[in-house]
Amino acid sequence: MTHIAKPRIHHPGLARNRLGLTRRDYEGPMSTLCAGCGHDSITAAIIEAFWELEIAPHQVAKMSGIGCSGKTPTYFLKEAHGFNGVHGRMPAVTTGAHAANHELVCIGVSGDGDSLSIGLGQFAHAMRRNIDMLYIIENNGVYGLTKGQFSASADYGTKAKRGEVNREHPIDPVLLALNLGASFVARSFSGDKAQLVPIIKGGLRHQGFAMVDIISPCVTFNDHRGSTKSYEYTRDHYNELVQADFVPPAQEITASYEAGDVRTVTMHDGSRMRFRKVPEDYDPQDRDQVYAYIRDRQRAGEIATGLLYLEEVPPDGEGTHFHGIQGTVDEPLVNYPFEELCPGAEALEELQRRFR
Amino acid sequence: MGGGGGRGGEPVAICRLKRVASDLRDDIRPFLPDIPEEKNGKRIACVGAGAASLTVANDLMPLGYEVTIFEKLAAPGGLMWTNIPEFRLPAKVLWEEIEYITDMGVDLRLNSPVDSLAALLEEDYDAVFIGSGAPKGKELNLPGRWDSEQVHIGIDWLESVRFGHVESCGDRVLVIGVGNTAMDCCRTAQRLGASDVKVMARKTKPHFKASPWELEDAIEEQVEILENHSPSKFIVEDGQVKGMVFDLVSWHEGEGGRLKAEVHDSKVIECDEVILAIGQDTAFPWIERDIGIDFNNWDMPIVDKTTFMTSRTGVFMGGDAAWGPENIIWAVEHGHQAAISIHAYCHGESLTDRPAEGMNLVSQKMGLHEWTYSNDYDEAERVKMRHVDLQERFKRLDIEVEEGFDIEQSLTEVERCLNCDAQTHFETDLCIECDACIDICPLDCLTITHNGPEEELTGRLTAPLLNPEEPLFISEDLPQTGRIMVKDEDLCIHCGLCAERCPTAAWDMRKSDLLIPYAGLDAGEVHPGMSIMDLAGAGAR
Ligand SMILES: Cc1cc2nc3c(=O)[nH]c(=O)nc-3n(C[C@H](O)[C@H](O)[C@H](O)COP(=O)(O)OP(=O)(O)OC[C@H]3O[C@@H](n4cnc5c(N)ncnc54)[C@H](O)[C@@H]3O)c2cc1C
Ligand SMILES: Cc1ncc(C[n+]2csc(CCOP(=O)(O)OP(=O)(O)O)c2C)c(N)n1
Ligand code: SF4
Ligand code: SF4
Ligand code: SF4
Ligand SMILES: [Mg+2]
Repeated sequence: MTHIAKPRIHHPGLARNRLGLTRRDYEGPMSTLCAGCGHDSITAAIIEAFWELEIAPHQVAKMSGIGCSGKTPTYFLKEAHGFNGVHGRMPAVTTGAHAANHELVCIGVSGDGDSLSIGLGQFAHAMRRNIDMLYIIENNGVYGLTKGQFSASADYGTKAKRGEVNREHPIDPVLLALNLGASFVARSFSGDKAQLVPIIKGGLRHQGFAMVDIISPCVTFNDHRGSTKSYEYTRDHYNELVQADFVPPAQEITASYEAGDVRTVTMHDGSRMRFRKVPEDYDPQDRDQVYAYIRDRQRAGEIATGLLYLEEVPPDGEGTHFHGIQGTVDEPLVNYPFEELCPGAEALEELQRRFR
Repeated sequence: MGGGGGRGGEPVAICRLKRVASDLRDDIRPFLPDIPEEKNGKRIACVGAGAASLTVANDLMPLGYEVTIFEKLAAPGGLMWTNIPEFRLPAKVLWEEIEYITDMGVDLRLNSPVDSLAALLEEDYDAVFIGSGAPKGKELNLPGRWDSEQVHIGIDWLESVRFGHVESCGDRVLVIGVGNTAMDCCRTAQRLGASDVKVMARKTKPHFKASPWELEDAIEEQVEILENHSPSKFIVEDGQVKGMVFDLVSWHEGEGGRLKAEVHDSKVIECDEVILAIGQDTAFPWIERDIGIDFNNWDMPIVDKTTFMTSRTGVFMGGDAAWGPENIIWAVEHGHQAAISIHAYCHGESLTDRPAEGMNLVSQKMGLHEWTYSNDYDEAERVKMRHVDLQERFKRLDIEVEEGFDIEQSLTEVERCLNCDAQTHFETDLCIECDACIDICPLDCLTITHNGPEEELTGRLTAPLLNPEEPLFISEDLPQTGRIMVKDEDLCIHCGLCAERCPTAAWDMRKSDLLIPYAGLDAGEVHPGMSIMDLAGAGAR
């Protein structure tokens, strides 16, 4: 346990957003993760993104399963709703929450074990259903909480702390997500907040399933020489393929930005993702091309990062996300009185009669 | 160090917290150094039993010296006893602390004025220390000054009050001057029955010599302070002061930036008694001018600022006597330095090769999540000292006004500390650039960024620079990316969270202690048979 407290004092010039909140108001209690864990850095990026987007904490549902990563929602947005589910079952619980109240902003924080081992089926179906959520995988290549066994994202040939070599091939959540129809696919690194914060903001504003795979080194069990998920290895093999900025709805995009090979994608709420520094033969809206490109970079030993793929339904278009597909009513289901949601045995019988 | 957390605010009330420690102490005698039964054969004479001489004795007795102190008055303590009023410094406290020193076996000779230094030097002493203070109150030679007995010199008057020669005073009292002595005079007058006490200042408040807290205490006791009143004469009738005439002045910057007074008008202020508190001078009628001790044009003895020796070898000087009135802390420091010199002198060693001050830097980490100090920082205002009720305190002269801090107040005041002695210490090679320190810092004073010219770099800090005067800490290139770690020290509250959350101990909290040498002891060394803990416990030094 932590005995040392974070003093309440802050920088005298600390800015407030339109809700009158400072970044510190989006924090939670002190983390109990290992000092230097990548997960804590991601927590800091999440806090920054929510503060910048000016989202009221009580309008957020923060969801997780089991793992060190699963503990992290405690450490941000202390006033938000939260559910810490069974190992690998966070997607199902989030689906339920989102079905009942689509007005909540859903963020799920998972681990590579939680999503790619025990929870792979749940993860796959959440993407297939295009649940409107930001799904973060804090990817460290190990089961951190249970003391560092290789996870399903551990690279072939990577070494464990005691020297064992991994002889199984990894599941890459980015390729999987592209395959299963996720509409927002990104990879980032806990040590690169300049890239990470705009991606998280975009993922929160995206309508549909936003999958962000974040390399997040486990300092305790997977940050040694020979590991392919260490801080050093990640930096050495890092390739920021695409740079993306998040532009809120009200903000003008100046002409100079529009020039050149800058591409802007407008999201359903009017905010935009602006792609810069995209390779010439790369189209972040062409699923097949992106898939091939990422696989190539992988073969070349590179870790390709950035907002890699984005499919955004125009604001006036037909929804392909969960509620659009299901054709649910606009009013969140939670707002209906119980009698209306559950009209009783007679109504049920009446309904069943219609199918006979 | 700036305000810490980028704020101003008053410093921690260290003096008051020391008092808490003193108020709550047990018997400290077991912690005092042993005095050797067998002496080292060296005999030292001290003139005057004030703070300076007592310190010399305190430092030399444990080393085996035989120290004799000659004191003119019937009690030791100097101005601490004769002038600092009991409502600020209770006699009980003073006696106790003086006794710790005299009980070391000092040969204290009271009622023994030294009338001739030449005669003293004839006696069999290996060295002489002069700690005779600055006993002469400054005069105000204006018309009428000598026509009445109700015009007093402040320090003499305070001494007369202490010895019971003065037990009352007139109803309306004018105190001339606005230094610390003036503050003690006006507050003493209140206690002797005066109902209308005015402190007359020639200049305006920013120029007052009195410490702000002494001014505050006097104002709390309803003393009136009048600015821009320059005294011009005394009005005396039949040997009785009736008042004083003042020029009403304003001040303008004249040539060379010196303030010049312009007189607008004059004004009579009535009174029954006048106390002059406009400064003190040294006086050495008992030092012959032909015994090798040189005096300067202002009749001040020439004393070496490093060795504290006069121009006559073996004769040392310190405290108010050396360079005019200061305060107790300075008198004590002079005593320590003179003792070092005397010790070297008596052993035929160089006086100018001073023992070096030391400094250590020790990690404060004790274990997982455990540090030697409390890291929390309370933004509270400085805790207000509780004072005895106004009516109550005037009943007697010896009612101490300050009541000290209670436990609750002490705890609050202690947490205001920015722990400046616990420094953040960075080891570049250990940093893996995990960002944990950046993320946790409550003041956002850390940044990892690429290097660049300073003005441009300051624009890239995590949080805006508030005090451009304070230089930024900038590390060497970090091992993984070649970026740099930047720290804005001005904002840091030394909470230690960066070190607590750093996986590699690249950030560490290290406490720096200033180690001070004393006579016969190197920096950090203690008397044989004592441990550092003993010393820390006793606060003997
Ligand atoms: C009214 C007043 C209030 C003060 N308040 C404070 C305060 O709150 N805090 C603070 O830090 N300082 C204060 N000071 C200053 C402080 O008291 C002195 O700076 C300090 O006491 C100087 O110590 P000293 O040992 O040099 O000399 P002194 O204290 O002046 O001691 C000199 C001693 O030498 C004796 N002596 C002199 N000549 C001879 C001789 N020829 N033979 C034998 N003995 C002799 C004197 O009788 C006296 O006992 C105050 C001073 C005054 C006047
Ligand atoms: C049903 C079930 N099976 C196994 C476990 C044991 N377990 C706890 S955490 C964990 C793996 C966590 O790994 P990951 O999701 O990568 O999270 P990390 O700790 O690395 O952040 C496992 C296997 C469990 N808690 N519940
Ligand atoms: S074990 Fe690894 S993943 Fe878990 S908190 Fe520690 S560093 Fe982070
Ligand atoms: S000690 Fe470290 S964490 Fe605390 S304020 Fe200073 S730099 Fe920031
Ligand atoms: S916490 Fe330590 S290792 Fe991490 S960035 Fe800060 S100094 Fe470097
Ligand atoms: Mg993991």
